Amino acid sequence: MSERENILARIREALVIPAPKPVLKDKAVAEPLEDGYAAFLPAAGNTFEAQQKQFKLNAVDLKADFHLLEDASEAAVTLAKIRDSEGWKKIATHRGALTLAVCDALGLAPLIVDDTFDKNALETCDAGITECDALVAQTGSVLVTSRSAGGRALSVLPPHHIVLARRDQMVPDLPAAFALVKRKYGADFPSMISFITGPSRTGDIERILVLGAHGPKKLTILCY
Amino acid sequence: MKISLFIPCFIDLCFPKVGISMVRILEKLGHEVECPEAPACCGQPAFNTGYWDESRDTAIKVIEQYKDAEVVVIASGSCGAMMNVFYPELFAQTRHAEAAKAMAAKCFEFSSFLVNRLGVSDLGARFPARVTFHDGCHGLRELKIKREPRVLMEKVKGLELVEMDAAEVCCGFGGTFSAKFPMISTAMGEVKCDSALKTDAEYIVSNDSSCLMHIQGLLDRRGSKLKTIHLAEILAQS
Amino acid sequence: MNAIAQQFKDQATRMTRDLHHRELIQTALGKYAVKRDEKIALFQDWQGARQRASEIKWNAVNHLDEYLVEFTKKLEARGTVVHWAGTAAQARGIITGIVKEKKARLVIKSKSMTSEEIHLNEALEKEGVEVVESDLGEFIVQLRHEAPYHIVFPAMHLTRGDISELFSRELKSAPTDSPEELTIIARRVLRQKYVKADVGITGANFAIAETGMISITENEGNARLTAALPRVMITLIGLEKVLPKLEDLALFLPMLATVGAAQAISGYNTLYGGPRQEGEADGPEEFHVVLLDNQRVAFLADAEQRDALHCIRCGACLNVCPVYRNVGGHAYGTTYCGPIGAVITPHLRGLKDWKHLSYASSLCGACTEGCPVKINLHHHLLQTRRNSGSENPVWWQKIAFKLFAPVANVRFFWAMATRLGRVGQRFHPLVKGTRLDPARAWTKTRETPKLAPQSFKEWWRQRK
Repeated sequence: MSERENILARIREALVIPAPKPVLKDKAVAEPLEDGYAAFLPAAGNTFEAQQKQFKLNAVDLKADFHLLEDASEAAVTLAKIRDSEGWKKIATHRGALTLAVCDALGLAPLIVDDTFDKNALETCDAGITECDALVAQTGSVLVTSRSAGGRALSVLPPHHIVLARRDQMVPDLPAAFALVKRKYGADFPSMISFITGPSRTGDIERILVLGAHGPKKLTILCY
Repeated sequence: MKISLFIPCFIDLCFPKVGISMVRILEKLGHEVECPEAPACCGQPAFNTGYWDESRDTAIKVIEQYKDAEVVVIASGSCGAMMNVFYPELFAQTRHAEAAKAMAAKCFEFSSFLVNRLGVSDLGARFPARVTFHDGCHGLRELKIKREPRVLMEKVKGLELVEMDAAEVCCGFGGTFSAKFPMISTAMGEVKCDSALKTDAEYIVSNDSSCLMHIQGLLDRRGSKLKTIHLAEILAQS
Repeated sequence: MNAIAQQFKDQATRMTRDLHHRELIQTALGKYAVKRDEKIALFQDWQGARQRASEIKWNAVNHLDEYLVEFTKKLEARGTVVHWAGTAAQARGIITGIVKEKKARLVIKSKSMTSEEIHLNEALEKEGVEVVESDLGEFIVQLRHEAPYHIVFPAMHLTRGDISELFSRELKSAPTDSPEELTIIARRVLRQKYVKADVGITGANFAIAETGMISITENEGNARLTAALPRVMITLIGLEKVLPKLEDLALFLPMLATVGAAQAISGYNTLYGGPRQEGEADGPEEFHVVLLDNQRVAFLADAEQRDALHCIRCGACLNVCPVYRNVGGHAYGTTYCGPIGAVITPHLRGLKDWKHLSYASSLCGACTEGCPVKINLHHHLLQTRRNSGSENPVWWQKIAFKLFAPVANVRFFWAMATRLGRVGQRFHPLVKGTRLDPARAWTKTRETPKLAPQSFKEWWRQRK
């Protein structure tokens, strides 16, 4: 008998004795749950205005920069300012509807991760520019996948992560985000799905917050 | 109403004033109070140490003694929790299961009894002092008592209540825990005492004498002027 | 008392005497409590969330075989290799086997308490493999050759001064008292390791049955890098960590962050469902998931305490436990500390050796109150005491309690005991504080209460 069969058999035997079901002692809980737990979670707005406001509040609280812009040209201008103030020499990106246009405008030949690339080369880039699947208002999170954001390392290795998002990608909360993932990918999920909320951080030293532990020290989101 | 009191061992021997205060308060409200002489222990020490057979030997006497009582009022959150919450568990799947459940249903901790069962909050009491309240864990978390002592204290003339930061943090008594792991018990008690001292209160009040016994023991060792007093004693003063 | 229990007592004595350490922990956890309550207040219905979370976990654990089969099937369908490890030794064998087969020289790890549980690092190092912990807290305690102090904050017991000295000694860096500079020092060292590592080993917080994915929660991004750069990725996960559906994470991720770290949500919450796919820019070529039993299935059979397997390893119970706050994590002497550790360790490592942790509690119930999935922690401690009382009774205690029943509940004997107590009280000052003092455990630090001149029962009798 394989270890798998052994373990499963012992689990089934153990579960013959039922465990007491959780007793509702404290408070009546609303049934049913078609809205997927949204009723318990922090409230999310239901208009774009309310959502982007909430997203911005959350993002700022988490030390991420959020810019609500009119169009791609404004985005390019904003990025050019960042390029200059941070002195970018090398950037990396993936092939996407928004990314290449913006990188063209910056005048820096980017490392394109869709073509075979050297990890060491990516490690020395100043910024990684990606698209995303959604912006989650409730938490201030960016939803990326290995398919929509140029793989796994691009959004986490360079010290500054730039996210290009469309206005129609704003969703109210996590339940909506998971529903989106299921709708968009069906049963053919990308190998990685990630919710990024703020830049990399640690509280491991005296529980004091420090940014840029291993992942990006800065996260900038351009929404247009 | 005929009210039966359960007076646990430590109150009987060391803090009889608590029981006496309860009798005076309930009689003043016009009720008949009775206190069977025999049972002095609810069985919690044996239960908490893991000797449930021996605990049952003690507890069954209590259940039998009070089987005809209308209500049983207890001056302690921990004994109250033992009877109200743990008796059904202790006697589950024994022939006394129903009797244990019936007992649990009529047991009340004192402050909860006054406020929730009798609907009384003003006892005409007077206690001009600055006090802080320690929420005994069994009363707080097993019996959900938080509001009731404060409702009663609000009506006491001259009493000023200042809440301490660590009001809901365990004082460290825990029954036999205090002797089995005295260093941890003491450290926890020190946190409680320090928090109380910060309020500049003259008294630490609680609805559980076993907690107060441990806290007072630490305060006396320090030579502190801070005193402990049971809620019932305050409510009986006029 | 056995050696392990005695060691706990000795450690507890040492730690409670260390006032500086107590102050450090109380301050840190006091600040956490304030922030945690702010985040809880953001929920529209926190108690409802706890109730729902406990029901989801009850469903998951009580149908564990079905969900594990579904989880495995979905993972294997997309190219993951799933291994089943009945024991810690088997898990170590599987992982070192993969590492050796790949001829790996350098392994980078993200935080995994489960890997601590099975002592994985030692096993890999014995094979001549360099193992580097990437989580900053784990990196720090690894350099100190120490176990993690807390299941979420491994280096909570250290000051920046301690860490600066450590880095100067081990990494030859310049001393600094800035947490930011210390973090940069670690970052510089670790970034090279990520790029050079052959194998990345991670833990996981949840196993999603519906979609065949593991879920990793972190703030630093070190797990993201561990799962992105090396060509082989191995995830070790306790087999009880199943969640039925993908959207269950919408509830669990905010709850985990709220009570675990007093955050609304953690920095990176990532799902992994397989190795690098066709068309993806990067990612490991191989992905292995190792499901660990190591006494969890035996625990499952204890239906009364089965809900302890609902644990999501958030650390909330540690943070509120007054015992933990005064003795710290190392005193427990085992991988899982705090209330959850006291509950599960007798099951994972034996009742006889580890029952003392159940007694080292005042049963205050703060743990149960704080648990996001409503595990009945303090009642389980009572049940373990009962199991211990019937399996390994301490005879003199048993007899004492047997004799106590008639003394306490028969009027005559109680009156006698009262009188004897008064006599004893007169002689007590003679032995107080000495070896002969029967109340020495109490009198060492506290004054004893005085027996009243007239007991309540005596007053009552007189009245009539």
